[in-house]
Amino acid sequence: MRRREFLAAASAAATLAACGSKAMPPLPPGTLSGANDTLGHRLRQHDFPAPGETRRTAVAIVGGGIGGLSAAWKLAGSGCDDFLLLELESEAGGNSRAGKNEISAHPLGAHYLPLPPREARATRQLLAELGVLLGDPEATRPRYDEKYLCHAPQERLYTNGYWQDGLWPTLGVPKADRAQYTRFQDTVAELRQRRDAAGRREFALPLALSSRNPKSVALDRITFRDWLLGEGYTAPGLHWLTDYACRDDYGTSAAQTSAWAGLHYFACRDGEGQVLTAPEGNAWLARGLAQTAAGRIQPDALVFRIEQGKQQSICDVYLAAENRSIRIVARELIWAAPLFLIPHVFAAPRPEWLAGIRGAEYAPWVVANLTLSAAPQTRAGYPLAWDNVLHDSPALGYVVATHQPLRYAPAPTVITWYRALHEESASRHHRLLQGRDAWAAEVLADLSRPHPEIRELATRIDIHRHAHAMIRPLPGRLWGGARNGFESGRAGIQFAHADVSGLSLFEEANFRGVLAAERTLARLGVSYASSL
Amino acid sequence: MQRPLLVSVFIVASCGLAYELIAGALASYLLGDSVMQFSTVIGVYLFAMGIGSWLSKHVGGNLLVRFIQIELMVGLLGGLSAGLLFLLFTLHSGPFRFTLYGLVLLIGILVGLEIPLIMRILKREVAFKDLVAQVLTFDYIGALAVSVLFPLLLAPHLGLVRSALLFGLLNAAVAAWALWLFREQIGPVVTLRAQCVAVIGLLAVGFGFAGHFVSLAEANLYSEDIVHAESSPYQRIVITRWRDELRLYLNHNLQFSSRDEYRYHEALVHPGLATLPGAHRVLVLGGGDGMAVREILKYPQVDSITLVDLDPRMTQLFSQSAMLRELNGDALSSPKLKIINADALQWLEQTQEMFDFVVADFPDPSNHGLGKLYSTAFYRLLQHHVAETGLVVVQATSPMYARESFWTVVTTLEAAGWQTAPYHALVPSFGEWGYILAGPREYRPPAAIPVPTRFITPEALPALFHFPADMARIPAEPNRLDNQNLVRVFEREWGRLQTH
Repeated sequence: MRRREFLAAASAAATLAACGSKAMPPLPPGTLSGANDTLGHRLRQHDFPAPGETRRTAVAIVGGGIGGLSAAWKLAGSGCDDFLLLELESEAGGNSRAGKNEISAHPLGAHYLPLPPREARATRQLLAELGVLLGDPEATRPRYDEKYLCHAPQERLYTNGYWQDGLWPTLGVPKADRAQYTRFQDTVAELRQRRDAAGRREFALPLALSSRNPKSVALDRITFRDWLLGEGYTAPGLHWLTDYACRDDYGTSAAQTSAWAGLHYFACRDGEGQVLTAPEGNAWLARGLAQTAAGRIQPDALVFRIEQGKQQSICDVYLAAENRSIRIVARELIWAAPLFLIPHVFAAPRPEWLAGIRGAEYAPWVVANLTLSAAPQTRAGYPLAWDNVLHDSPALGYVVATHQPLRYAPAPTVITWYRALHEESASRHHRLLQGRDAWAAEVLADLSRPHPEIRELATRIDIHRHAHAMIRPLPGRLWGGARNGFESGRAGIQFAHADVSGLSLFEEANFRGVLAAERTLARLGVSYASSL
Repeated sequence: MQRPLLVSVFIVASCGLAYELIAGALASYLLGDSVMQFSTVIGVYLFAMGIGSWLSKHVGGNLLVRFIQIELMVGLLGGLSAGLLFLLFTLHSGPFRFTLYGLVLLIGILVGLEIPLIMRILKREVAFKDLVAQVLTFDYIGALAVSVLFPLLLAPHLGLVRSALLFGLLNAAVAAWALWLFREQIGPVVTLRAQCVAVIGLLAVGFGFAGHFVSLAEANLYSEDIVHAESSPYQRIVITRWRDELRLYLNHNLQFSSRDEYRYHEALVHPGLATLPGAHRVLVLGGGDGMAVREILKYPQVDSITLVDLDPRMTQLFSQSAMLRELNGDALSSPKLKIINADALQWLEQTQEMFDFVVADFPDPSNHGLGKLYSTAFYRLLQHHVAETGLVVVQATSPMYARESFWTVVTTLEAAGWQTAPYHALVPSFGEWGYILAGPREYRPPAAIPVPTRFITPEALPALFHFPADMARIPAEPNRLDNQNLVRVFEREWGRLQTH
């Protein structure tokens, strides 16, 4: 530790100690929201009214997350308007939904998109359509609208009482450990460049375009942590960063994550490290997809029974707002809901589907939006960034909703705090179910280490819970055959959820949605230009 | 008689070290480079004590009387030392060092006399080995006590001026105490008593008025009188006056001096506006002091001026204070002017208005918030509000002291699609200062300046657009919001300057 850093850390610790003795003010007000689990859990009872009206459509899309919306976007973009998207929640968008208050829009889930590699053609096409990718979407490094490119300062890490620039821990890290950082970075840089004879990347995004050489596929059988240790990586900082990356992207610790998925995180993009973001997180992307499907999205609609026939599928849908059910008869079906729901909805789920979801786990997430009367202060170190991560915390830190708008003046803000419950599973999530106040207190306790004044600044704390936020890339889940039953689809039904990829990433959901739509278009005999 | 004298040794030693620390701290405070100041002050002081010790052999007569006289002198000189030095620094910095070391030398000599004298007085009663042991023990304990108290208690709570006076009073008190204790040995000495009373009185009065004196001395950090100081939600606003010169500081950075602000503001406005006979609508971003508006109002064709400044306190201050209104020619009261207190970025995003001439007079890009006001995104946003025949002028820090920063702003404007015409002017308070004219079309300097000016004339213009070798263009990266390289470059360039 350099002397200056030590002094800064010591003074921050002293400030903390000095502020610790004040009486605790009451918790600020706020709401608790999340996936509509009351409605969702009714799938277990199946006590829905019998369908009255019957509607016919060419394509029924079940689920309006990024997968379903991407399918709708591709269908509509290819001139196929005869489809209906059925969404359980009152608004489509899935994990990419946002909230809004008098200070700022703010994310309820996914909040950034790294610059997509060339392989993610559909995603680049979408960005070009939205006017954010400028020029040729096929370019190696396209130009992007500055408004959406994350502004500087981008990220900082709170460690030893000091905010440092960037997320790799450097404060007080010995030279030998830094050498391990470099070796790891060189290794992933090499993996990024590696191509097979067919020109496929070792780790591609979408992952379906990866090379699948047996040596790299074997990485799916061990955990990322074991792989790191096996390669001689012992530096605590490196283990912290890789574990943080897994928790942030997959909702799993590095000790739970497939080594293939762990390396994919570092090697699937072009190493620019830059992301696109907006105050509302990724909701602008979800809305961009949804605008093409305007009028054909049915919210508050729970698909509770599907019967798949040879020529058509029958979907029974409970319209919660109207407390009645309708029957939708569709020539083609696109399943864009999480795969674990299949046994609860399909009258006759196929054995390979049931086998595919056996052992699948979902990571629960908690997202807290804190409305603050002023930006939190930086006592020592790098200034407030977009992404602010705490080293010694089970949570993932916070992003600042007012970072992107062109403002100079300091003003009230909203910060979004993230916590993946990597230690719990969706079926046994005792802590997830704790109430708003318990979560609000936990958020404040976490953030009061770097920001002792956070209690005084917070005027609202709104908690958003996702019980089944992301499918977990546990060892064996990606290349062990579990996904095969969904990947190819079948006559009359295509799967368009990121679960099919096994990684809960925007680019994967987008790819699966577009792929399902293109296969559906082909079956309907509609001509289209492929986005893949 | 032994014990009181040892107690005096303790006090005298404390005072002795205190003057040394005060002189060192004061010199560091006013001159900087604390290692240098402390080293030289301590060196001179110790050397002076040596001289004092040597001189002590020439001191004869009634040793107690001599001791009391020396105490009074040390108390007077040491007690007033900090105040005197502060005052002197205010008046003239030239003889400051000379006086500093002179005072240190004088006090050191007197302090150097003290201990030998006390030892000679005590010698009559105490065995030599005990004498040396006891006197030196108390001497060093006294030194320790002050060296701990000074940084923790005295300097932060009493300040330097009052600490010095306090120790002066202690020296004088030792003198008075000795005078009373040894009244039989000394005999009736009216003058000595009178001196005691006079010194204590003077120091006590000084201590009482030190509060006023300290604020006076601190005003001298700006080396001027503070005529206005306040903290708005956005910044610290300080206005100072020195003789007939007014200065504005925002967050301790000089914004203008009334002595040469006309150079800055004429250079900011006229090269651009003089080429726009059809300019009716003018926008000023920043510049809440109204000086740029004063220059713009000289042009009769201008019908409306919009001034967007974040801080309402700035625009209130410069439209209400008589002294400041005199300076900006009461520009902020002009019926042509509309004042908007808003974030310039936010306001530009929301407005539909178009302008013929825009003045972007923001503070230098010293942090990421201000850096946004010099970004490609900001300059692109500005394009939507500038007429096809219009011009923008940007203040862009010093091409001399922050050469890469200046050319970074030029590159940024060009990357945003503007044609640029960089120029510079000498503003003595700032040094060489840089501006950039930018427009949709190429800029041509005006043949005449149609309004009265003191600095800018058509003949002087070509030189302004010429950059000598040490300020000439160097390659730079545009300042985009996602990298904000300007903030880093600016920090490096001005940081380098400040460490010299």
